[in-house]
Amino acid sequence: MYFISEPDDMIRKKAITKNRISLPKSPTGIKGLDEITDGGLPKGRPTLVCGGAGCGKSMLGVEFLVRGVTEFNEPGVLMTFEELPEDVIKNSRSLGFDIDGLIARKKLFLDYVRVERSEIQETGEYDLEGIFVRLNYAIESLGAKRVVLDTIESLFVGLTNVSILRAELRRLFNWLKEKGVTAIITGEKGEGTLTRNGLEEYVSDCVIMLDHRVIDQVSTRRLRVVKYRGSTHGTNEYPFLINENGFSVLPISSLGLSHDVSSERISTGVERLDAMLGGKGYYRGSSVLISGTAGTGKSSLASYFVDAASRRGERTLYFAFEESPQQIIRNMRSIGLNLEPWVKKGLLQFHSSRPTLYGLETHLAVMHKIVKEFQPRAVVVDPISNLINTGSSTEVRSMLLRLVDFFKSKQITALFTSLTSLGDSTLEETDIGVSSIMDTWLLLRDIELGGERNRGIYVLKSRGMAHSNQIREFLISNNGIDIRDVYVGPEGVLTCSMRLAQEAREKADKMTRELEMEAKQRMLERKRAAIEAQIAAMRAEFEGAEAELTKELKQETARVRQLQVDELDMARSRKADRKTAGLNGESRYSR
Amino acid sequence: MKAKNKQAAGKARENGSSRKPVKRRDPDAHYDLRLYVAGQTPKSLAAFANLKNLCDLHLTGKYKIEVIDLISKPQRAREDQIIAIPTLVRRLPEPVKKIIGDLCDTQKTLIGLDLSEAGRDGTDD
Repeated sequence: MYFISEPDDMIRKKAITKNRISLPKSPTGIKGLDEITDGGLPKGRPTLVCGGAGCGKSMLGVEFLVRGVTEFNEPGVLMTFEELPEDVIKNSRSLGFDIDGLIARKKLFLDYVRVERSEIQETGEYDLEGIFVRLNYAIESLGAKRVVLDTIESLFVGLTNVSILRAELRRLFNWLKEKGVTAIITGEKGEGTLTRNGLEEYVSDCVIMLDHRVIDQVSTRRLRVVKYRGSTHGTNEYPFLINENGFSVLPISSLGLSHDVSSERISTGVERLDAMLGGKGYYRGSSVLISGTAGTGKSSLASYFVDAASRRGERTLYFAFEESPQQIIRNMRSIGLNLEPWVKKGLLQFHSSRPTLYGLETHLAVMHKIVKEFQPRAVVVDPISNLINTGSSTEVRSMLLRLVDFFKSKQITALFTSLTSLGDSTLEETDIGVSSIMDTWLLLRDIELGGERNRGIYVLKSRGMAHSNQIREFLISNNGIDIRDVYVGPEGVLTCSMRLAQEAREKADKMTRELEMEAKQRMLERKRAAIEAQIAAMRAEFEGAEAELTKELKQETARVRQLQVDELDMARSRKADRKTAGLNGESRYSR
Repeated sequence: MKAKNKQAAGKARENGSSRKPVKRRDPDAHYDLRLYVAGQTPKSLAAFANLKNLCDLHLTGKYKIEVIDLISKPQRAREDQIIAIPTLVRRLPEPVKKIIGDLCDTQKTLIGLDLSEAGRDGTDD
């Protein structure tokens, strides 16, 4: 629902900038209200602000006047019908407004109109010229541009002749228009109508409704622009709050998705985790979610991040919704992390509050305020899941969206932790459903194996960087956080002692295998030696035989030659012809 | 306890009786009246005429009417908490009473001025 409003706003703004000659407006100077109304209240016309008791109508009026003087140099007139001047001054002092001073400087005129039915007797015709005279006098004496009538409806209580009243009110509002003053008229909410006495009939240029709702014992103030003639306006209900700085309305998201991005990387504080995130850690200005079940070390991981940021000399703000600062410091000391020096140096500031202390919007505004004062470069919100207690999940989501947007617009690296309940079937789902707005999501989970409970960590997603897809074992000891490889084998992921056992087993296996191999090697050597010896013996034998045979061969050849010589000699001696000699020779060779 | 109750009862009686003497004293009291108008509008003129008649009839010689025109003295409207015009203020005798309107209803005006008894006397005459 809130998502949809954002592009609408942007379209609207574009359209407005095209033909800016729309209705002249009178900026209120109230944070957020001018954004919703596209520049302020209709200039020179009355605006009706209605709502139930204690919704902040009067405060809105007073701030409109005070800011009119201090920011736009427009003097104003406050005519109260209910609150005594002393009370107005006192009440607005608590918001830091110096009404006294403004009155003394003739920038503000305060007129209290007392209407007491018991003191007034009506006989015959009358009109409300008295109020006109008073207003006119006040406006003229200051040159006022702004008027607040709070709450003119009191006249209906004090005076009985309703027909006269109605006619006079109509005349009054027309007169205010003629005077050209920008006016706020407050009215008590009626049953089924915007105001109890139907003031909306007379003031129809702009109607703003304030609401103060209590849901589950947590109150949230809301503002809605019911109508705004001749101008576009945000139509949603916008949460607002009244604190020591006055009124502030929080548009769901005042900025589009156009914030600058940094490609600078900052350490997570844990070396191995940096390695898992592409070797460098988070992006500056990104939003990081660490989710996990109870006791998986979310806060510890957050504290390491804080420590790393402080070491870099960057300011860090830690919003704790579960633990007190002292408790966090003590607990982190137990894992070898001392955050105290950073606090003392002013680099680290804790802000602990119970989530139920006030409504979501107040939390948001308080965070805005503190961030603006402290100007941190990194922020930790631990944990966001606790905020669910203070509102519906839609509200929490929209609030976190705005928070993330806010941090991004300021280039603040934000680390959120979220507790996922054990009953969840899937851990990869945060209760608040904020995962989609996070850039990096680390999941811590319990791995229960072999009667042991160990922690595992993995990177579920990390936009814009190559990251590890491995599950790592996450150890917290006296010396801090350690991330180790887990054993991944045929039996699944093994952690801690099982991993150690498995590793020992593997080591033993490896050793036996090595021994076996050595033995085999030796056997091979022996075999080779034996065979080589055999070869040598055979060669020797062969050589002996060869020598023998060559000798015999030589003797034989010599004998054959001798035989031929002898034959020739014999033939020569017998004088035999060559034929016989040739035949004899042939027969010998064929044999 | 009983004594206290008696005292309380006595006080109540005193209070009850004290109211009457005020009304009885009314005829002798001096009436300081102020009429607030804004210009010479028909309503203002009517109011003044009605008031004058009434005072002449019921408060002969015991009243003073001051007419304040808010057109010339606008700051008086704030000082005297004036909302409606015309407004008649009875400043004396105390307590201060306010009557708004053109005073055309004499009976109501008399009640407003705490002169209703005198009014009855008047009708008796």
